[in-house]
Amino acid sequence: MPSPRYWREIPSRYRLEASRCCGCGKVAYPARKVCPACGADDWKQIQLSRHGRVVTSTVIHVPPDDFLMEAPYAVAVVETSEGARLMVQVVDCEPAEVVPGTEVNLEFRLIRREGHGGILCYGYKGVPAG
Amino acid sequence: MSGIVGYGAFVPRNRIKSEEIARQWGKDPETIRRGLLLEEKSVPGIDEDTITISVAAAQAALERAGIDPKRIGAVYIGSESHPYAVKPSGTILVDVLGIGPEVHVADFEFACKAGTEAMFVAFGLVESGRVEYALGIGADTSQGAPNDALEFSASAGGAAFIFGRKNVLAEVVETYSYTSDTPDFWRREGEFYPRHGGRFTGEPAYFKHVLSASRAILDKTGLKPKDFRFAVFHMPNGKFPLSAGKTLGFSKEQLETGWVVPTMGNTYSGSSPTGLAAILDVADPDDLILITSFGSGAGSDSFVLKATEELPRRRPRAPTVRSMLEGRRRYLTYGEYSKYREKIIVNQ
Repeated sequence: MPSPRYWREIPSRYRLEASRCCGCGKVAYPARKVCPACGADDWKQIQLSRHGRVVTSTVIHVPPDDFLMEAPYAVAVVETSEGARLMVQVVDCEPAEVVPGTEVNLEFRLIRREGHGGILCYGYKGVPAG
Repeated sequence: MSGIVGYGAFVPRNRIKSEEIARQWGKDPETIRRGLLLEEKSVPGIDEDTITISVAAAQAALERAGIDPKRIGAVYIGSESHPYAVKPSGTILVDVLGIGPEVHVADFEFACKAGTEAMFVAFGLVESGRVEYALGIGADTSQGAPNDALEFSASAGGAAFIFGRKNVLAEVVETYSYTSDTPDFWRREGEFYPRHGGRFTGEPAYFKHVLSASRAILDKTGLKPKDFRFAVFHMPNGKFPLSAGKTLGFSKEQLETGWVVPTMGNTYSGSSPTGLAAILDVADPDDLILITSFGSGAGSDSFVLKATEELPRRRPRAPTVRSMLEGRRRYLTYGEYSKYREKIIVNQ
């Protein structure tokens, strides 16, 4: 990912900033300008809690080049208590342990390196709670 | 009264046992266990570095401090494994935590004492009234060359301390620094692993600086070892801090709470700060605490701290060091460890 795009996404990638629709209450992550549920354009910025539950998951055995050293690893759709859903790697566990309903904490981790000499890209990953 | 208003620590969940490393190099595990008093050490995951460890520790410190991050006016991270050679670790941390942009940020280096160096400067700015709150962090993903004695100890972890003047958890009673040019351990520009002077790292380096700084702060405060409930010294291995403590007149009971090295390893800049966090996890109001770091090159920072009534009230807001050391862990083979520490050369 080019550095300027990574930089633009810092609010959502670093601080889990999302938006809650003032019309219907839907939480959008990353933040949106128009509500995908009711079409309203009045939003309140919120910060997601760093806790969630796995909605669905899979195990990646044949990863993209940047993730070769991490395979096999789990990727899951995690729903936070605010109702936002985000797709994250789930780490520090056996990938097969990650199943729907697994409670996870979201921890700030290195996501990928931009080649050998490029920037380091950070964001959140799930770690099984407890 | 100025002091610590919030603290937190983080230890990665991967571990490797001393015997697994010893087996790889044909060494006797019992000699390592008895000689260095090291059972196992923490290992950073492929996705963990000084920045992620600092963020996790600082998030815990903020939970305990219960303050608006925007009120933090200075952030210093001490480490000898900053992920970038040019680009600060601290800028990423302040954007993650929502600190700034009105904040002074710097990355510090001074071998293993960069963490207390960050704490020292953060405390100084708060005490002078220049900033309302300041954050000092010590964190490392330590390097140790394969088949070097350091490989049994070099580990990963760190601790963060927010200093302020209101609702203090532990008052800073006194500080002291002792520094001289002593080439006991170094890493030249472009070198991957540090080198050390073997036995020269002991008496003229570690013990000279740790004992001199500790004795001086005791003289400065008029306190005796028996006045303290806890003491922690930099932990390059299990033996050195116990030996330094004994020489100064501290008992094993005073040392063992902060002596986290047998199961954590030496987290370099995070070593004595993580030991201090482990002490704050159990200290009672009015307990006196001595911390003395050591950084090769060489120098020691000493702090005398006094726990307050606020400490037990805000302690439960974040995980303890022992809960991380004894909680969920994953034991690695030497092969997995080599992959995680990027000791294996692969095609790009």
